[in-house]
Amino acid sequence: MSDSARSALADVFREQAGRLTAALVRKLGDFDLAEELVQDALLAALEHWPREGVPDRPGAWLMTTARRLAVDRWRRQQRYQEKLTLLFAAEAADEPEVDDRLRLIFTCCHPAINREAQLALTLRAVAGLTTREIARAFVTSEGTVAQRIVRAKRKIVEARIPYRIPAPDELAARLKEVLAVVYLLFNEGYLATSEVPSRPVLTEEAEALAGMLANLLPGEPEAIGLLALIRFHRARATARFDAAGTLVLLPDQDRRLWNREAIADARRLLDRALAMGRPGPYQVQGLIAASHAAAATWEATDWPRIVGLYELLERFWPSPVVRLNRAIALEHVEGAAAALADVTALATELDGYHLYHATRAELLRKLGRTVEARSADARALALTTNPAERELLENRLLASSQ
Amino acid sequence: MKYMLMLVRSDEEWEGLSDKERDYDAIMRWWMSLSEKGVLRDGAELQPARTATTITWEDRSAVTMDGPFMEAKETIGGYGIVEVDDLDAAIALAKSWPARGHKVEIRPIVAR
Repeated sequence: MSDSARSALADVFREQAGRLTAALVRKLGDFDLAEELVQDALLAALEHWPREGVPDRPGAWLMTTARRLAVDRWRRQQRYQEKLTLLFAAEAADEPEVDDRLRLIFTCCHPAINREAQLALTLRAVAGLTTREIARAFVTSEGTVAQRIVRAKRKIVEARIPYRIPAPDELAARLKEVLAVVYLLFNEGYLATSEVPSRPVLTEEAEALAGMLANLLPGEPEAIGLLALIRFHRARATARFDAAGTLVLLPDQDRRLWNREAIADARRLLDRALAMGRPGPYQVQGLIAASHAAAATWEATDWPRIVGLYELLERFWPSPVVRLNRAIALEHVEGAAAALADVTALATELDGYHLYHATRAELLRKLGRTVEARSADARALALTTNPAERELLENRLLASSQ
Repeated sequence: MKYMLMLVRSDEEWEGLSDKERDYDAIMRWWMSLSEKGVLRDGAELQPARTATTITWEDRSAVTMDGPFMEAKETIGGYGIVEVDDLDAAIALAKSWPARGHKVEIRPIVAR
């Protein structure tokens, strides 16, 4: 199969898997069974579509296949007998489908399910990824992922986690949970924890999920803010790696490679979110990304504004990593010495974080303290598992030894 | 669906509080409100774990021992059995439990 055929197939899968799972959960009232049938139907599609082409109505093809597979299983298992009538009951109007997909993602990201399982379940039930694809994306074994999914599905059934959109008074807290899952998927895709520099599959899925949420919850500015944030980053994707596959950091990127149209589109989205007057951490990060995107060069960046935005972000997300980023921006406003003081203040909290040491190294080098810079770089390298970041740090160490 | 809400506390801390600090008024109001909603099936406060007696079996003979089955700082200090639609409803009830310093573990009850 060619790459373009593969990516067309991936689009159809993404579009259809969540819809089909959602529809089946509604029909059957059984999350576990619905999810199994969808996986089987998708596997059948993987076998047929590359050979025979994607059918005109892929959703209908999958539903028919799921029904046929259910009949096959029914011959062997009592449990399916009761459900079969529901499956063949007259098609309900398509109208509640929108709510179905939202219900599905809220169930997959229910706070009573642990974070790792939320991630796996969302990728499988909503995005239609196979267990193998998920295992590859999180550098773990298929068995581990399968077990996480089985446990989560069992909990949904046994503890009766409801399949519904949270009530208005819970929606804000529950949406936060869903957005956190999507944000994590995006981060892991953008700069992978290990083995490969990035995992485009995850960034694509994260964008698709954020897009779905922004569409289905048009009154939720944070959902739109997250989508804008992801699009800003993806608009710069082509400049992030050079021809040799080496990671190029923001200051050194060739800004002519940025996708201006995508940036303008992200900006419009962000403005729509901001106009609702309910700011939050994703909108603020969107604003930071927008400021970088608007600057003609690294030097021409509006640094005081970025420092201010990180201060705002810290109010939503009080975290030492946010303070680290603020300190990085502060260098361009108050100088390396002031930035270094702020960075060093985070020593205890961030000692295990490679970017803390890498940032310190850069600032120390600018202040002429090369010996300390080298040892900070070495410390950063020891903590880094992403191959592209490792290469960058190794080159730095090499350059500073000459 | 029935759930058991296990009211988890540190006996030591709980016993160190005066009745006023324990705020039994708020606790009673909580039980009353569950009862008025018609979701409460059973519930009680337990004596501290130091009053516990545990039976274990060695081979086939029962052995009686002083103390809880597991030594832990936090123990179950009470329980409520509620019958509600789903986990979200049980979570909402658990979140409204007023006693300070407690945790609430929610366990679905096996239906036969």
